[in-house]
Amino acid sequence: MSTAGRLLRRRDRPRYTAKEIAIAVALLVPSIAVFVAFFYRPFLNLLYWGTFESRANGAFFERVGLRQYREQLTSSDFREGLWHSVQFVLYTVPAGLVLGILLAVAAHRRLRGIKVFQAIFSSTLASSVAVTSVIFLYLLHPVVGVFRVDWLTNPDTAMFAVSLSSIWQNMGLSFIIVLAGLQNVPDEVMEAATLDGYGPVRRLLRITLPLISPVLMFLLVVLVIFGLQAFAQVDILTGGGPAGSTETLVFKINRLVRPDTIGIGAVYAVGLFFITLAVTAVQFVILERRVHYAR
Amino acid sequence: MASVTFENVTKRFDDVIAVDALDLAVDDGEFMVLLGPSGCGKTTALRMIAGLEGITDGKLLIGDQVVNDVDPARRDVSMVFQSYALYPHMTVQRNIESPLLVRRYHADGPDKPARKLTRTERVERVDEAARVLGLEGLLKRKPAALSGGQRQRVALARAFVGRPKAFLMDEPLSNLDAKLRAQTRLELVDLHRRVETTVVYVTHDQVEAMTMAHRIAILSAGRLQQVGSPQEVYEAPANLFVAQFIGTPPMNTLNGTFGTEGGPAIVVGGSRFPVPADLKTRLEEGQGVIVGARPEHLDVSDAGTITHDVRAVEWLGHECLVFGSVEGSPVVVREAGMAPLPAGGTIRLTVDPANVHLFDPDTTERLA
Repeated sequence: MSTAGRLLRRRDRPRYTAKEIAIAVALLVPSIAVFVAFFYRPFLNLLYWGTFESRANGAFFERVGLRQYREQLTSSDFREGLWHSVQFVLYTVPAGLVLGILLAVAAHRRLRGIKVFQAIFSSTLASSVAVTSVIFLYLLHPVVGVFRVDWLTNPDTAMFAVSLSSIWQNMGLSFIIVLAGLQNVPDEVMEAATLDGYGPVRRLLRITLPLISPVLMFLLVVLVIFGLQAFAQVDILTGGGPAGSTETLVFKINRLVRPDTIGIGAVYAVGLFFITLAVTAVQFVILERRVHYAR
Repeated sequence: MASVTFENVTKRFDDVIAVDALDLAVDDGEFMVLLGPSGCGKTTALRMIAGLEGITDGKLLIGDQVVNDVDPARRDVSMVFQSYALYPHMTVQRNIESPLLVRRYHADGPDKPARKLTRTERVERVDEAARVLGLEGLLKRKPAALSGGQRQRVALARAFVGRPKAFLMDEPLSNLDAKLRAQTRLELVDLHRRVETTVVYVTHDQVEAMTMAHRIAILSAGRLQQVGSPQEVYEAPANLFVAQFIGTPPMNTLNGTFGTEGGPAIVVGGSRFPVPADLKTRLEEGQGVIVGARPEHLDVSDAGTITHDVRAVEWLGHECLVFGSVEGSPVVVREAGMAPLPAGGTIRLTVDPANVHLFDPDTTERLA
């Protein structure tokens, strides 16, 4: 039996006084109320709406049970949206991570003026998605852009082009978090590695990265979730086009929030929720085993 | 194995001089302790040997080779850090093996080219190091699952497995409790006897220095004060700093003048200290000196010429420490057993002239 299990056995259960229970309830009620009002109840509503199918362009709805879930979650439109979301994650997460790590390693030095570079490298995080997207729109715009390329208007490259702005933004977040992780690695361990004969690359791969693996794990999970939820970039840069090639799941959900398709939108939203949950859970299970936590 | 030589080595951090024109030769196979208070430059000196700090001025040699610009990994020295600096994500086995994995060794004799060790050779060396340090049963564990003393031994094993030219140790015992520290001191002496490698050991703990060192180099404010065997620095401290730094409690020192009225003596107010025989003829009447005597060399005797006002007596079992003052300056006396001395009383002390130390009040150098 686990420690927690043992603690909760009836006869071992700690006895609280009425006053302690009253205080606990008083402290828990506000957060529970907020969660119920703004998350649990709407989520249950969503699950419920997904069981209604629209008739006559939304004039009335018929209750069809789980049939709509079955049909919509296996539809080509849903799978296409999921594939676009996965593409977006595959473009943005590894690149954002690697660039953030490289910048953090470069800026983790005791040099005069290094704070200036640290501030510059982390500034991408401080700009909003909308601002970043507009900047990239005018960098990549085929007519008035700085580089005048057709990346945003070519269905083969549009998703990659949209990803560029997110890579740039993720880099700032990765940079800040990896830098904080690096600052927790004891200098003496790195010095010991130097004396043991590890060169800079070996030190990074064999010592530094394993030691900051909890931080990398956190970043991976957060960046994947960000990627699956990305919306504004797509909306501003391509509006889902060209030819629907950048329609991610979230974008499709937004498109479906109309009186006649709200039921399908609800199904998509529930689908995205469980996919995100599953991906995160898998990341935790797989990586937890390989991640080193000191002490 | 190799000697380590500082030739006029200086280290400056911006405006601060951490090590000031250090001249020090550590012999091949010697156990040298760098001793001094915090900020005296001893750790900086050690880190310069390792190559973890650059050298502002002067020459540093390992063996016959000037290593000022040699990469730390190529100096063939190993270091035990105060925090042990083990790799927390590797097992004990891997930690010990780590220098063998990346470095090249002259495994086929000194004339043959250096090469990486084979797997069998690595396993042999790790097993040997583990056996010497009593880590055989712990090889599969990670550092987090070890006690402080065990971690310390892993750090020693990792330093020792590559058979470096010199072992550098930066306060390796300071994170251990008192009992384990005493035990590890003996183990380190044993280990050194066995591997016969040059050891440079940094500490601020004079007990470690006195018990382990062949020679002690005492530093203060970046300057070398004295180099000598534990006995030399104890019996003939080169200056006032060394006199007051070595010994627990430290040497009593008082300002006095040399007088010949009623026989040659150092006069401190109404008290008179005898003068070492070889100095009697070299001092001038009325010359100011600082007189020093260790607590254990002061004896309570009614015939004594030194008046001591007793403030308190600390009984430690095998001895007692009598705290008080002589002519207004604090003086501690160490007596065997339990001295029946009342606080607030006055006692008279004698001291053998051979055990009296005199220092120049201006230069604080020993008069000898």
